[in-house]
Amino acid sequence: MNEQDARAAVRAALGKVAPDVDLDDVDGGARLRQDLELDSLDFLRLVQTIDTATGVDIPERDYPAVATVDGLVNYLAAHG
Amino acid sequence: MGDFLMPSLGADMEHGKIVEWLVKPGDYVRRGDLVAVVDTDKTVMDVESFQEGVVADLLVDIGETVPVGTPLARITATPAEVGAPGEAPLPRPATPAALGEAPAPAAEKPAAGPATVAGAPASEAREAAPEAPPPSASAAAPPVAPPVRHLAHRLGVDTGRIHGTGRGGAVTRADVEHAAAARPVARVRSSPRARRLAADLGIELSALSGTGPEGAVTVTDVQQAAARQAEATPPASARREVPPPAEAAGPAAVPFPAEAAAPSPSPAETAGTPPEAAGRVASLRRAIGSLMSRSKKTIPHYYLSTTLDLRAAVGWMQSVNAQRPVAARLVPSALLLKATALAAMDVPEINGFYEDGAHRPSATVHLGVAVALRRGGLVAPALHNAQTLPVDELMEQLRDLVGRARAGRLQRAEMADPTLTVTNLGDLGVDSVFGVIYPPQVAMVGFGRVLDQPWAENGMLGVRPAVVATLSADHRVSDGLRGARFLARIDELLQKPEDL
Repeated sequence: MNEQDARAAVRAALGKVAPDVDLDDVDGGARLRQDLELDSLDFLRLVQTIDTATGVDIPERDYPAVATVDGLVNYLAAHG
Repeated sequence: MGDFLMPSLGADMEHGKIVEWLVKPGDYVRRGDLVAVVDTDKTVMDVESFQEGVVADLLVDIGETVPVGTPLARITATPAEVGAPGEAPLPRPATPAALGEAPAPAAEKPAAGPATVAGAPASEAREAAPEAPPPSASAAAPPVAPPVRHLAHRLGVDTGRIHGTGRGGAVTRADVEHAAAARPVARVRSSPRARRLAADLGIELSALSGTGPEGAVTVTDVQQAAARQAEATPPASARREVPPPAEAAGPAAVPFPAEAAAPSPSPAETAGTPPEAAGRVASLRRAIGSLMSRSKKTIPHYYLSTTLDLRAAVGWMQSVNAQRPVAARLVPSALLLKATALAAMDVPEINGFYEDGAHRPSATVHLGVAVALRRGGLVAPALHNAQTLPVDELMEQLRDLVGRARAGRLQRAEMADPTLTVTNLGDLGVDSVFGVIYPPQVAMVGFGRVLDQPWAENGMLGVRPAVVATLSADHRVSDGLRGARFLARIDELLQKPEDL
């Protein structure tokens, strides 16, 4: 998947989990947990939503790599 | 017979706003049927009827805010009283016993009345109940447009029985609506919300064995059917026969289907975004403020904390999660909550309510989970009988509960009756949190952030995941010794995560 598709997938998933977050206003380096205030359940739901939408199942050991918005987009672009 | 009143949905609730009516005049409601969606200062909740009868009149319009105790609707005993053209007297279903384990009550339901095979297309009805008399009309069924058929299905109306008034005898929407209104009691007993959910999920109500009062099909039944968990029947004692909030350990909250099967369509379906978010946050702030002030004024808190060694628990969880798809993965909170519930059974002084000058311990643990709302504020709905839930089940319910809390769709019983509350702020980065007790509860448990920490043991220094657990407890009920025992018990339980 190219970067644009990956970003769209992240936007859609974030829209479900944290509808108050507008990806356009968020810096790419923003941390999902600390800056966007996703708790562990939100984060799990985000990963699940992305899995359902794109088929990319992010294993727990890769969670550190997807801790930021850009990290997540890049991960999807690389694995999708 | 009587009025349906604005219920009190929590110690701090003074008024509520009707956001949605789930019934309309002419509808037949049973005790436990959901009838309205009420917006309190804290959240939006489904509320159920405490009585049985026919809705004669809705007294409060959608959008109106009224004090607790205000009559919202008039409910009369029989359809005759409201002049509904009911052709049958109030039928008691032939199978009140359908509540329990009877595997095929569907087969008996048609005996309840001639028109009972609600909404089941003839072929399905025969499949479910071989001895049901085939509806003779279905052979010469009048034409039905798909949207009308869909409506009929939703309303539980058999189009084969309707005399169509449209062109060429076609059945129209109006015909279907008339038919539905004309025999409000002749359906499979179910709440309006259960029917709507069933229609949305494509579940045939008449094929379900209801677990509500007198075999009524509940939302839970529908969700269970959707998840194909036919064998999971809630205990009979969990029925919603008893209205007092503290006892109403509603089954509606107990077994929810895996989100994997269907990502909970119910919460979001009608909620929409509450219009005045800012006003809501302000009133939520006020509600929390007044409750917490009362707590601090009346409850002599004492505080304890201890650091829990999570090496075993986190190690076990990671190995389990590695084998699982994301939908079935656990988070540490699930283990912490389960251990808390079990420990509370061992130390009853921190579980239950303080009322009328005495502690009333609870025989079970309805574990309140403080959920931060993204728009601000928090609510603490309950995981019912948390000590009995296997970890996977607890995890599923936790996801469901948090999801619905955030979507603003909690049920009354979930808000009204936690016997002990846990706050899990650590998820967002603090090391420890000392909570304020929710009256009339007698304790609040806090978990900080799960963090790798240096850990000395047997003269060796290592690194382990650990978390600071805190207890705020009511000194009128317990002393530090018992509180300490409670926290120590949580730690012990977490050393054997596979047994949780």
